[in-house]
Amino acid sequence: MSDNNMPKKNPLSMQIDLSKFEKATEEEKRQQDVMSESSTFFKDSMKKLFKNPLAIFSIIVLVAIILVIIFAPMVVPYGYSEILKVNGVRDKTAMNLGPFQFSENEQKYMAETGIKLFPHIFGTDELSRDYFIRVVYGTRVSLAVGFFASIIVLIIGVLYGSISGYAGGRIDLIMMRIVDVIYSLPDMLVIILLSVVLKEVLNDSNGIIAKLGTNMVSIFIVFGLLYWVGMARLVRGQILSVKENEYVLAAKSIGAKPGRIIWKHILPNCLSVIIITTALQIPSAIFTESFLSFIGLGVAAPMPSLGSLANTAREGIQSYPYKLFFPALTICLIVLALNLLGDGLRDALDPKLKK
Amino acid sequence: MAKYFVKRVLLAIVTIFIITVIAFFTMNAIPGGPFNSEKASSPQVKAALEARYNLDKPLLEQYVIYVQGLFHGDMGISTKTGRDIAQTILESFKVSATVGGMAAAIAIVCGIVFGSIAALKRNTVIDRIIVFLSTLATAVPSFVLATILLYVFSMKLGWFQVWSADSHNYVLPVIALSLYPMSYITRLTKTSMLDALGQDYVRTAKAKGVSQVLVIFKHALRNALIPVITYVGPMIASILTGSMVVESIFTLGGLGSKFVTSITNRDYPMIMGTTIFLAVLMVGMNLISDLVYKLVDPRITFD
Repeated sequence: MSDNNMPKKNPLSMQIDLSKFEKATEEEKRQQDVMSESSTFFKDSMKKLFKNPLAIFSIIVLVAIILVIIFAPMVVPYGYSEILKVNGVRDKTAMNLGPFQFSENEQKYMAETGIKLFPHIFGTDELSRDYFIRVVYGTRVSLAVGFFASIIVLIIGVLYGSISGYAGGRIDLIMMRIVDVIYSLPDMLVIILLSVVLKEVLNDSNGIIAKLGTNMVSIFIVFGLLYWVGMARLVRGQILSVKENEYVLAAKSIGAKPGRIIWKHILPNCLSVIIITTALQIPSAIFTESFLSFIGLGVAAPMPSLGSLANTAREGIQSYPYKLFFPALTICLIVLALNLLGDGLRDALDPKLKK
Repeated sequence: MAKYFVKRVLLAIVTIFIITVIAFFTMNAIPGGPFNSEKASSPQVKAALEARYNLDKPLLEQYVIYVQGLFHGDMGISTKTGRDIAQTILESFKVSATVGGMAAAIAIVCGIVFGSIAALKRNTVIDRIIVFLSTLATAVPSFVLATILLYVFSMKLGWFQVWSADSHNYVLPVIALSLYPMSYITRLTKTSMLDALGQDYVRTAKAKGVSQVLVIFKHALRNALIPVITYVGPMIASILTGSMVVESIFTLGGLGSKFVTSITNRDYPMIMGTTIFLAVLMVGMNLISDLVYKLVDPRITFD
């Protein structure tokens, strides 16, 4: 054997002579690492989303609002329906205080005992309740309604749409005619009628419904009855195009059941449309809830919502205009942030949809 | 085309029928009737009043009687005021239609103009300002906007008088109603205009030497307006019903507020009357905008 264990080679052969090679230095090796890690569709879209300054702004706003509504009730020593008391006695001077003001009784109490009371950050309302904590609870209610209403819409819409789209034929035709009819119902009229009825009917019942508040339940029912049709149409349209793909045929040929095909193969491919629609559904649900609360059909007193707070503030706007400011600003901020986030999600998940 | 037309009209009729059923039976499901409060002094009076309005009959029969009356053009008499429903609705609709019509016209015209400007001046300061303001405006609920306008311009500055029997100032309610649809149309027009400007036929027109103005108005705008048309029909309908809150804040006494008060009064004929009137209006608007949409865009096929 010759040196470096190579077989004897013909001068004309193309065989590589390993001895002439140089080993790569560490630096040169590192240059090969510039190739990025493998990325999934979701990671990719999230990267795009976080490059969008408006989306980041809205995420920050939403996180800030959510942190406040979670932690403020733990810090602030007042309840949302609690009438202010000084030393155990009802404080009659604490009505309609301005932001960061103390009532006469509270000032006297603090001067006498030296205890510092928690400030009324937004002042107090016409029934001597701390306004800040009411706005916080109102935001909780509005966000919760928006979120759960969208979940209801999501579940019903996706179920209905995927069954209709996958089944096709006569079933699809009948299911879509029903959707057409519900779609053309004037939503505000039906919402007002239904929420009046449900409010009265559910009032007699008790148990979970009574705990949640009948109006809250009726808002959910109304959403569950009316607003899923948009989602159902979208999902059906998506499924109609996705189900023609070869992998669906392949799944069918090895005997997968329709439920599994829809869940495992079709729905993941419709995910971006579903996410975008749900994100944009939340602000519209918050709008509807605040509208209903504003005309007195929303959540029941003393539980506040941003709409009912705005309505109460409207009645006293001549004397205390700043009271409209807090709930109104909160609604606007939430809706604006959610709209921008929805737009950002749409751009990140599905650039084709930008219309 | 004819088949599609017939199908849509039939669907509209079915929808209106379903709405009458929903309205009639939900309204009767609300506990309490029109004569449960102060009006009926004794059980006999109450029974007599209920007999007069056919409320003593079974529910289904009441519905049939009502629909029969409807086909004869009779919407009944209000149980609250004793006045003719059709007349009351027409009177209050005049107010709603005036305010809503103005708001819709302003929203459409301004929205298309601003949207086109934003698309043509893409990525300039003007575009940014328009996009910023229209995004902001879609986040403000109409009742907040209406209250702020009323407070600032009527109460504080005194520029516009508060609505009363002899002072009809439409400016503030129209602004409050038109801002949201206006910004929506602006955004819609902008995106579809950008889409149209990037199309081949616009480039061809430019290459042929067609003037800039003609390209914009004849080639781009006409095509960009197609998505706007689909929005305008439902928008007019929602301005007319969504105006309930704005109407009650400005105390206009329009159709929307009549509907809400009729529910609280359990004024059955009035609830039915306003519901049917508004439903016909809305379903009709949707139908018209759908049909116009198909007419102006020959690329859409009829199924």
